[in-house]
Amino acid sequence: MSERTYVDIEAELTDQPINFDEDICLAENVVYVKPQTLIDIPMHYCPGCGHSTAHKILMEVVDEMGIQEEIIGVAPVGCSVFAYHYMNVDMQEAAHGRACAVATGIKRIMPEKYVFTYQGDGDLAAIGTAETVHAANRGENILVVFINNGIYGMTSGQMAPTTLPGMVTTTSPYGRDVKTQGHPLYISNLLANLPGVAYVSRHSVHTPNNVRKAKKSLAKALEYQKQGLGFCLVEIVTNCPSNWKMTPKQSNQFVEEKMIPFYPLGDIKVPEGK
Amino acid sequence: MGDLKLMKGNEALSEAMIRAGCDAYFGYPITPQSEVLEYLAREASQRTGMVVLQAESEVAAINMIYGAAGAGRRVMTTSSSPGISLMQEGLSYIASAELPCLLANVVRGGPGLGTIQPSQADYFQSVKGGGHGDYKLIVLAPSSVQEMVDFVKLGFELGEKYRNPVMILTDGAIGQMMEKVVLFEQMPRKTEFPDWATTGKKPGKDRNYITSLHIQSEKMEEINLRLQAKYKEIEKNEIRYQAVNLDDAEYVFTGFGLVARICIKAMEMARAKGYKVGVIRPITVFPFPTQVYADIAPQLKGILDVEMNAGQMVEDVRLSVNGATKVEFYGRMGGMIPSPEEILENFERIYIKGETK
Ligand SMILES: Cc1ncc(C[n+]2csc(CCOP(=O)(O)OP(=O)(O)O)c2C)c(N)n1
Ligand code: SF4
Ligand SMILES: [Mg+2]
Repeated sequence: MSERTYVDIEAELTDQPINFDEDICLAENVVYVKPQTLIDIPMHYCPGCGHSTAHKILMEVVDEMGIQEEIIGVAPVGCSVFAYHYMNVDMQEAAHGRACAVATGIKRIMPEKYVFTYQGDGDLAAIGTAETVHAANRGENILVVFINNGIYGMTSGQMAPTTLPGMVTTTSPYGRDVKTQGHPLYISNLLANLPGVAYVSRHSVHTPNNVRKAKKSLAKALEYQKQGLGFCLVEIVTNCPSNWKMTPKQSNQFVEEKMIPFYPLGDIKVPEGK
Repeated sequence: MGDLKLMKGNEALSEAMIRAGCDAYFGYPITPQSEVLEYLAREASQRTGMVVLQAESEVAAINMIYGAAGAGRRVMTTSSSPGISLMQEGLSYIASAELPCLLANVVRGGPGLGTIQPSQADYFQSVKGGGHGDYKLIVLAPSSVQEMVDFVKLGFELGEKYRNPVMILTDGAIGQMMEKVVLFEQMPRKTEFPDWATTGKKPGKDRNYITSLHIQSEKMEEINLRLQAKYKEIEKNEIRYQAVNLDDAEYVFTGFGLVARICIKAMEMARAKGYKVGVIRPITVFPFPTQVYADIAPQLKGILDVEMNAGQMVEDVRLSVNGATKVEFYGRMGGMIPSPEEILENFERIYIKGETK
C-alpha cells in the first residue's frame, strides 16, 4: 500500500486529475488547518510533550466556537507558564497555584465572558489546592484545564501530588513511598463531589483518538460555561518525556500502561440531564 | 457638597469605596476591619452592582484582585497585619505587572498573631516593598475618619494614574473610632476600560496579556528600570505632608497617622510651656516627604519621632536630615497608644533634661 501515490488515489476516487496547487486549497477540500488562535511560532515545549497538543485542541475549540474575542485565559506557573505566548486570546499569568482565584476575579466582573485556567498538577493540586477547591465549591462558572503529568516539569522533575506510587522522581529517588510521601491525590474525583461542580472529565492526548475525545470534552465544558452550569474541569493525563527520562514514544507507553490504569479516563461527573 | 455623617472609620472607608464607583471587593474577615466586608455585603451590590466576595483566604483575595484589576476594573481589598502578610506575594506580582488596585491595612499589633489593638508596626512592610523584588506601593496614612474617605478616592486615582498598587496604611484605632465625615457624591462605575486590560481580544488588535515573567535578564532589568523611573516620578509629583508651626520651631515632633494627631496635641502642650515645637506629619509615607525634614533640620535643636512601633519611620527621618539635626525616638508597641503627656514628658527628658534613658 505504501507504494501508492496521491495520483493513484486520485485516480481511484475521481475521473478528474487533481490540480494540487489550486484544488487542495479549496475550502471544501480542507481536512486540517492549524487553529487560527494558536500563534504560529515554535513552542518551547520538549519534543513529544502533551502540553503542545493540549494547547492546540483548546485553541481549536475556541476557533470552532468563534469565541476568540470573548474568552480570557489564565496561565499557571509550570511548564505552561508561557501559554500566553501561544494562545492568541487575552490572558493573565497567575502566581503559582493562584489561577482559580485570578479566574474568579476575572469572571465575577465579566460573567458574560468565557474564562479558563490552564494548570499543571503541582499548580492545581499542591500549592493551589485551596484556591482550586474553593473556586469549585463556589461553583465559579469557569473551565479548568488540568494537565496531569505526575511530575513537576518546570522545576526539572520533582515529585508532584499526582506522582504514581513507586514512581522515581528527583525528590523520590527510591520511588514514591506513600507511607512517608503521601498518596497520589485524586483531585478531580475529590472536586466532583462538590455541588458547585458541573462537569469533570478525564482524558489523554497520547493517541489521535484520545486527542479527539479530549477536544470534544473541552468543547462541552465551554458549552456548559455558556449555559452557566458552574465549575467544569477537564483533566488531561499526559507525559513529561524529559523528566520521566523517556523518549516521547516510551512516555506515551507509560501513559497508556501506568498512568491511565491509575487515572482511568472518562467522565467523572456530568451535569444533570446531559 | 456631599452628606455629613457620623461614622466609624472602617464603615466610612467602605462607604467611600461604593461611592468611588468601585467595581469589586474581595476580602477575608480579620479584626479590626471585618466591618468592611460586612458593610459592603449589606450595601454594595444593591446600590451599584459592585461585586463583593468573601474569599477563602487573603492569598485568594489578592489574586482575585489581580484578576479583576487586570481586566481594568476599580478594585479594592482590606485586611489587617497577618492578612496583609499573606497578600505580599500577590502584591509583588501586581506591582510587577503594573496593575492599579487599592488596599487598606488596618494595622494591629504584632509580630505573629499579636493583638487586635492598634499599631503601626507594619510601616517597613508597607513602604519598603513588602514582598519579594524591588517594588513600591504608594502608601497613604490617614489620621482621621475623614481621610479614610478622602484617601479611597485619591487612592483609586493615584493607582490608575501610575498603574500601581496603593495602600491606605491605617490602624485599628482609626478603623474603629467614630467621627464626623463629609462623604463625596456617588460616582458612576466605569464603563470604559484601559486598552491594556484583558477584557477579551479586540478585533484587529493584538491580544493583551498580563505577566510579571521576563526570563531574559536584559528584559527583566529593563522592566525594573521602568518601575524605578515610575517611583521617581511618584516621588516628584505625589508627596503630601502636613506641617504645623514650623516657622519658629526649634523642635519638631513627627509621626504618621493616628500618632500625628497626638503629636499635635503634645505640641500645643509644649508650646504652652514655652517650647517652640512644630509638627511634621507625612501623609504619603511612600513617597516620603524627605525634603521638608531636610529643609527644616538646620534650624532645629532636634526632632522627636513618635510611632506605635519599635522605631521604623524614624529611619526615614534620619535619612532625610542626614545628620543635620538630632533625631530621637519614642514609641509604644503591642497595641499601646502614646498619650500627649507621655510624648511631652519624653521630649523634656531627652531634649530639655538631656537624659538618654
Ligand atoms: C511560590 C512558588 N513556589 C515554587 C515555585 C517553583 N515552581 C515553578 S513551577 C513548579 C511546579 C510545576 O509543576 P506543575 O504544576 O505540575 O507543572 P508542569 O511543569 O509539570 O506542567 C514549581 C514548584 C514558584 N514558581 N513559586
Ligand atoms: S519538562 Fe516535561 S512537561 Fe515540561 S515541556 Fe518538557 S516534557 Fe513537557
Ligand atoms: Mg506537572
